[in-house]
Amino acid sequence: MEKGTWTVKKGLAEMLKGGVIMDVTTPEQAKIAEEAGACAVMALERVPADIRAAGGVARMADPTVIERIMDAVTIPVMAKARIGHFVEAQVLQALGVDYIDESEVLTPADEEFHINKHEFKVPFVCGARNLGEALRRIGEGAAMIRTKGEPGTGNVVEAVRHMRKVMGEIRYIQNLPEEELMTAAKKMAAPYDLVVKVAELGRLPVVNFAAGGIATPADAALMMQLGCDGIFVGSGIFKSKDPVARAKAIVAATTHYNDPKILAEISRDLGEAMPGIEISAIAPEERMQERGW
Amino acid sequence: MLVGVLALQGAFIEHEKSLRACGAETRQVRLPGQLKDLDALVIPGGESTTMGKLLIDYQLLEPIKELAQNGMPIFGTCAGLIMLSKDVVGSKQPTLGLMDTSVQRNAFGRQVDSFETAVSIPVLGGKSYPAVFIRAPYIQSVGPGVEVLAAYDEKIVLARQGSLLAAAFHPELTDDLRLHQYFLSLVSTKKF
Repeated sequence: MEKGTWTVKKGLAEMLKGGVIMDVTTPEQAKIAEEAGACAVMALERVPADIRAAGGVARMADPTVIERIMDAVTIPVMAKARIGHFVEAQVLQALGVDYIDESEVLTPADEEFHINKHEFKVPFVCGARNLGEALRRIGEGAAMIRTKGEPGTGNVVEAVRHMRKVMGEIRYIQNLPEEELMTAAKKMAAPYDLVVKVAELGRLPVVNFAAGGIATPADAALMMQLGCDGIFVGSGIFKSKDPVARAKAIVAATTHYNDPKILAEISRDLGEAMPGIEISAIAPEERMQERGW
Repeated sequence: MLVGVLALQGAFIEHEKSLRACGAETRQVRLPGQLKDLDALVIPGGESTTMGKLLIDYQLLEPIKELAQNGMPIFGTCAGLIMLSKDVVGSKQPTLGLMDTSVQRNAFGRQVDSFETAVSIPVLGGKSYPAVFIRAPYIQSVGPGVEVLAAYDEKIVLARQGSLLAAAFHPELTDDLRLHQYFLSLVSTKKF
């Protein structure tokens, strides 16, 4: 019997596919998310929109907040550690969270090195803007990838950019003759063996979710049609007027992403979405997606 | 042979791959109309609470029950095992309630306790089966009509009741096709 193997780390992400992972800050919100059909929750002290508004340094949540949320629901509970902050990750593993998000939403603790995720029994998810970044994270041990998007904006444009970029680069790699793969690996600064694997599989070797700016059922279905495996919704639910209705609608949209009639039905009467931010209104140095490498 | 795979949420693509490797055709099932003309149905691993809600919201619960009662073989893995069970200990979550079993959810602990191990499954022959347990349930007790096919650490992890088969682990995450082949051997020529 062996615990914490690559198969079980990657396997939990496989079980989350076609589902929605929702940011929650209280046990009550966690219950609403579970009741709406979320396949997992992300336990936080503040959702990304509030982190953005507050400024300053954003850190791992208080263990009490995370534990209360773990006690409130039966679905998997994820929590965020700062990029490179392996001690926050050790703490989260000790608490027994089901997945750690090494996240650009929090203020990075290390500007050069990410966490060595192979050292942990708990699996990690990491953000990426392109294939090279995704494969570097997988090389460090991430068992799940998500787009970075631009968190807390309610604006899906960056998540679309990142998903299209990853998918386009996968199609490119797939069509290369074998002798060109090493040079491709060098150019995108990605581990060679993982580039070979992508060429073989025609997809990332781990589950690939969309995150960062998803605010409506149509946003979720758009990301699914672009080829992602499932959806993270951060601020999009609990910063909207009617979180219960919106949460349920985004869950249904992620299942029925290819059925415009059902999408039309579930998009009705949801009340106002979260307030959105135009990306050009955010100074480049304040964009969360620029954190990490 | 056409096997439906419930595709509301979870590892349905992996099941389709295993089934196709066994020579079956597959169809993703998200709506009642997609249940037509199936020979069998697979309910994959995923989150049972999510699946249960979508089964009700999209009117799949009753049609699947009816097909099972008419004898259609159904194979549930992990969350699928929970969906097949009559009773879920300490929970009122909706299930199909087709198998006379009582299951314990997240019974081996949280994700850090998820594990791989070799399980002996006599109906598959002498060679042990590579079983992947992810936040897995187990069957705590079974009624008289249920045949226990495998146990791990004295906990029931594979059981059969007529043409219904339930596994606590994930055969779709390994290359060993024997359990999918065993399930397909339960399928008769009758279309449902």
